[in-house]
Amino acid sequence: MIVELGHFALILAFALAIFQTVVPLVGAHRKHVGWMAAAEPAATAQFLLVAFSFVALTYAFVVSDFSLRVVTSNSHTLKPMIYKVTGVWGNHEGSLLLWVLILALFGALAAWFGKGLPDTLRARVLAVQGSVGVAFYAFILFTSNPFDRLAEPPFDGTGLNPLLQDPGLAFHPPFLYLGYVGLSLTFSFAVAALLEGRVDAAWGRWVRPWTLAAWLFLTIGIALGSWWAYYELGWGGFWFWDPVENASFMPWLLSVALLHSAIVVEKREALKAWTILLAILAFGFCLIGAFIVRSGVLTSVHAFANDPERGTYLLLITALFTGGALTLFAARAQVMESRGVFAVASRESALVANNVLLAVSCLVVFVGTIWPLIAEIFFDRKLSVGPPFFNMAFTPFMVALSLILPLGSILPWKRAKLGKMAFKLRYVVVLTFAVLALIWAMQTGRSAGGPLGIALGVWVVAGAVVDLWQRANGKADRLLRLPRSDWGKAVAHAGMGITTIGIAGLLAYQVEDIRVAQVGETFEVDRYEITLADVQNIEGPNYFSTMAWLEVRQDGRLIETLTPERRRYPVAGMGTTEAAIRNGLMRDIYLVIGEPQVNGGWAVRSFIKPLANWIWLGCIIMALGGALSLTDRRLRVAAGARKQGSATAVPAE
Amino acid sequence: MMKRLILVLCLAAAPTLAVEPDEVLSDPMLEDRAREISAGLRCPVCQNESIDESNADVAKDLRLLVRERLVAGDSNEETVDFIVARYGEYVLLRPDTGGANLILWGVGPAVLLLVLGGLFLARRRGRSDATAPLSAEEEARLAELLKDDPA
Repeated sequence: MIVELGHFALILAFALAIFQTVVPLVGAHRKHVGWMAAAEPAATAQFLLVAFSFVALTYAFVVSDFSLRVVTSNSHTLKPMIYKVTGVWGNHEGSLLLWVLILALFGALAAWFGKGLPDTLRARVLAVQGSVGVAFYAFILFTSNPFDRLAEPPFDGTGLNPLLQDPGLAFHPPFLYLGYVGLSLTFSFAVAALLEGRVDAAWGRWVRPWTLAAWLFLTIGIALGSWWAYYELGWGGFWFWDPVENASFMPWLLSVALLHSAIVVEKREALKAWTILLAILAFGFCLIGAFIVRSGVLTSVHAFANDPERGTYLLLITALFTGGALTLFAARAQVMESRGVFAVASRESALVANNVLLAVSCLVVFVGTIWPLIAEIFFDRKLSVGPPFFNMAFTPFMVALSLILPLGSILPWKRAKLGKMAFKLRYVVVLTFAVLALIWAMQTGRSAGGPLGIALGVWVVAGAVVDLWQRANGKADRLLRLPRSDWGKAVAHAGMGITTIGIAGLLAYQVEDIRVAQVGETFEVDRYEITLADVQNIEGPNYFSTMAWLEVRQDGRLIETLTPERRRYPVAGMGTTEAAIRNGLMRDIYLVIGEPQVNGGWAVRSFIKPLANWIWLGCIIMALGGALSLTDRRLRVAAGARKQGSATAVPAE
Repeated sequence: MMKRLILVLCLAAAPTLAVEPDEVLSDPMLEDRAREISAGLRCPVCQNESIDESNADVAKDLRLLVRERLVAGDSNEETVDFIVARYGEYVLLRPDTGGANLILWGVGPAVLLLVLGGLFLARRRGRSDATAPLSAEEEARLAELLKDDPA
């Protein structure tokens, strides 16, 4: 019954989304106030309906209603409750329902917080947001309905993939979706602005908090996925340049670019057309990402979600929205002439450089991701594009970006004296070179990558500190009174530097040891003595496990007993490797237990991973910076709303 | 997230270590070279995993093959060529720069140069506009404005 109601609510939301698309759009065109105002209750109601539908599906998972196809193929009565709930979005249909839920949530948020927007702009934003909803409701209802029933329900389900039964992964998709779908709102703002034929500083101010929020969630989502891969896959890789990872990384790169170019629109009324284009492309890449992930074109070896019908439909959505918006852009681009002029040495130029580097690096990732497809179709070559390519072709852009970042962030608007600015960074330069020289001297016979990467990170972090100090005019008491957005900027930049240091340290200084160890045997890895104390078979709630007890000592003192496992999930017929990690700020000790050997003993793989946690720490700090800035923005949005309110009293031009 | 599902398929067969102790060569120099080569070769049955990371059986066979060639005295290039000759260029995680792959490798630098060139030209044109002397009309308007100024 509840499930049926959920299904019905979803269909109703679909109908409501059509209404939300058509009526306000016509209203905005004909200046019917009532028609425009219809958008807000429609957005709210749509959100409530989808939320109910989502709750209904969750209910079906919680009570293990195996008459639903998705529940049968993704759940099992023995599964712990938390994974029954997270299993709702651990599959194609359920994750799409989460997608439309978040889409409706952002639509509703825009309606609730958009009171200060001009009536026509708000109506158009909500209408465009509604149209994106229409496309996805149709997709979910016609090709991937989660409320599909089975005629003969089985007694038990086939279980959720064991690798997905993990807290890190359980919350990875919701954050990613918040990011992707958040960019749908900036897309809606861009298209609405094109329909209005008007982009100004106020538009830049309205669109920036949404971009910031989307970017923040995307950052957390990507970091969660990377962290999960690090501890779950058994060898501590954190980024694979996999097509699906790239699908989330490309919107991230463009959202960073968009965040920065929207500042230029807001403060200087320049780069308008470019910012609109970025907003369209950023969401376009989210759609392309959905296509890559769900169509199966780039995962040819393993048939997972390679339903051609779904792929075709997603390609159609992508082409329709991106193509439509770009056509509109081409028709209207001339109305967005820039006003602000600026010199070569100015903050605007630095932000242009930031945008160029981010956009081109995104292009490199895009071409690298789809190249195997293109090579096969057009050149009849079956080839692979893997991490070695991306490391070589992508990294230089990030290095260049990090190099100009501290300089660009302290440049004044319009016109600057480069020499004077460089002088302000003199301590940063000294510190950077000192770190570089120190690490270079400490390491013997290794590549230059480690010291250079760490020095680059130090340059960015120290640059962020100097930026903040400059803004406070070198007075400590003024530091705390700086606007939150200044803090947010410096904190986010520092986070990026910290991630850089982490990546460089991990890649350059990892120590690895692979061996057969007898029970009771002690061996040395780097500065640690590791003893294989015991190995036992254990039974978990829905798995069997082989667990090893490994004692880690430094200078004879016991640091910790780590218990890596190999699990076997009988329902899914799959196994997982559970690495045991001793986390530390300076290094992780990462232990994995392998197969029993023919001549007795166990295969043991040990890693010492220096600075590994800095990678995700940096991401968290970046997100924190975004949140700081966002709390400031909210006040500014309210201020903008007040200003807008009084401006309506002024006669129209 | 789907990527995780796909990765699973490679892990599914047997939850073991990728490189196992019995594969490791006794000569550390040779072993380092073997690891470096394996990291650049794709496991033919996995989704975007190198044979160094993969647990699949065929990846293990390939790792042993790489080590066999190295022990036999092949150089790194000869070893890679040996594998590519048998499994096709599909196993190269770093595609070569020949033929159409020039587009793949060149697109980043080429677009960057184009954009920078375009910006440079636009700036030169923009500057000539901005520094052009005022027209007679503008001069007149300016004089008028200055005259109105009470200061």
